[in-house]
Amino acid sequence: MADKILKELKIKVWRQKNAKSKGKFETYIINDISTGSSFLEMMDILNNDLIEKGIDPIAFDHDCREGICGTCSLYINGRPHGPDTEVTTCQLHMRKFKDGETIIIEPWRARAFPVIKDLVVDRTAFDKILQAGGFVSVNTGGVPDANAIPVSRDDAEEAMDAAACIGCGACVAACKNSSAMLFVSAKVSHLANLPQGKVEAKSRALNMVSKMDELGFGGCTNTRACEVECPKSISIMNIARLNREYLKSRLSR
Amino acid sequence: MSKFLTASIGRKFVMSLSGLFLMVFIAVHLGLNLLLIFDDSGSLFNEGAHFMATNPLIKIMEPILGLGFMIHIIWSFFLEYQNWKARPVKYAKKNMSGASSWASRNMLILGALVLVFLVIHIIDFFWVIKFSPEEIEHLAKGDYDLVAGLFKESIFACILYIIGGVLLGLHLSHGFWSSFQTLGVNNKFWLKRWQVIGQIYAVVVAVGFSIIPLYFMLGLYK
Repeated sequence: MADKILKELKIKVWRQKNAKSKGKFETYIINDISTGSSFLEMMDILNNDLIEKGIDPIAFDHDCREGICGTCSLYINGRPHGPDTEVTTCQLHMRKFKDGETIIIEPWRARAFPVIKDLVVDRTAFDKILQAGGFVSVNTGGVPDANAIPVSRDDAEEAMDAAACIGCGACVAACKNSSAMLFVSAKVSHLANLPQGKVEAKSRALNMVSKMDELGFGGCTNTRACEVECPKSISIMNIARLNREYLKSRLSR
Repeated sequence: MSKFLTASIGRKFVMSLSGLFLMVFIAVHLGLNLLLIFDDSGSLFNEGAHFMATNPLIKIMEPILGLGFMIHIIWSFFLEYQNWKARPVKYAKKNMSGASSWASRNMLILGALVLVFLVIHIIDFFWVIKFSPEEIEHLAKGDYDLVAGLFKESIFACILYIIGGVLLGLHLSHGFWSSFQTLGVNNKFWLKRWQVIGQIYAVVVAVGFSIIPLYFMLGLYK
């Protein structure tokens, strides 16, 4: 069966020339969009239209378009990654929208994620947090036997669930305080749960949290919006673990 | 310690601990206040109030309680300002209702309204009892007549106190489990437990404090 066609959509989108310019909303009309196309495909079609009209196409981030790289962003109709749960924007489909609807598209808004152009924001703040402590020290050489270090199944599962974080920044975008706690807690948790992560355990939480604060992210007020909007459903129980790890590190020195 | 208080998580610990401390106070306060509706002669409540006013432990706790309130209130405005600064350009359209509860997003507003109520409440009772005891002496039966008298006299006061109780309940419906989460005393098993206990506590506080002015408003006393 052929997909339904959305005859007309109004796209109200944030246009900003560069990091320094002020930026404002522009509204474009787009016709005949299949409900089977993804949101980013709709953006591609819109950009083709704009190019034909001699208008600068809308800049937005995207890469794998398979929901695993964390590159696509977009705050659509008041929600990160738009009106669907557990998906990234590339996995969001146009069937989630109605014919004639006005779709409002904004970039992630946070002091730590400055807009570079249109809908593209600079997320290097996340890389800086990872560099501050999101690593383990291992000896180079031959690969050790997989079963040489015993890991309980529960710990392995929790570590893997936390490691599912793709670093897209939806948690920051969704949080009323622009807090990066879910991201940081996922990174701390997936290492804290495994024996390999114990070496740096004492400094990791301290260093990553102090980097997070330094970069201008807000604090956590436990509204839980982040875990709802997270495309990988990272649990806020990781934040409880981060709080524990942080307290332990702080008390141990 | 200074490093602890400049870190976002450390700052949250302060909110959490002061909040938990205030929650213990609220439980004691509610327990004592309920004596108002269990004895219409007022002697039970007066005895309770007298015990609280003369007990040395309570005397020590009083200034600490004041400090707890100050820390929780002043710190909250400071933290909210910090969080507000983290998003210099706001969203044009937000749709947050599906992802988080209204109370959790509006803890500052709820807290500020509770603060307004608290100031009125202190002027109404605490101030009179503490600093103008001659006014109490005019009344035949002491503290009971001061409290019950206000509620019997003024429907406006009754409604204000009911609203105060409900606002406090809403504030606690998020605040209770949230304080344990912040302290890290939480995991996938305890989340539901803390939330259920928190909801029960919030309802008990809201209903418990509202039922007292309601009792006098509806003229259920003899």
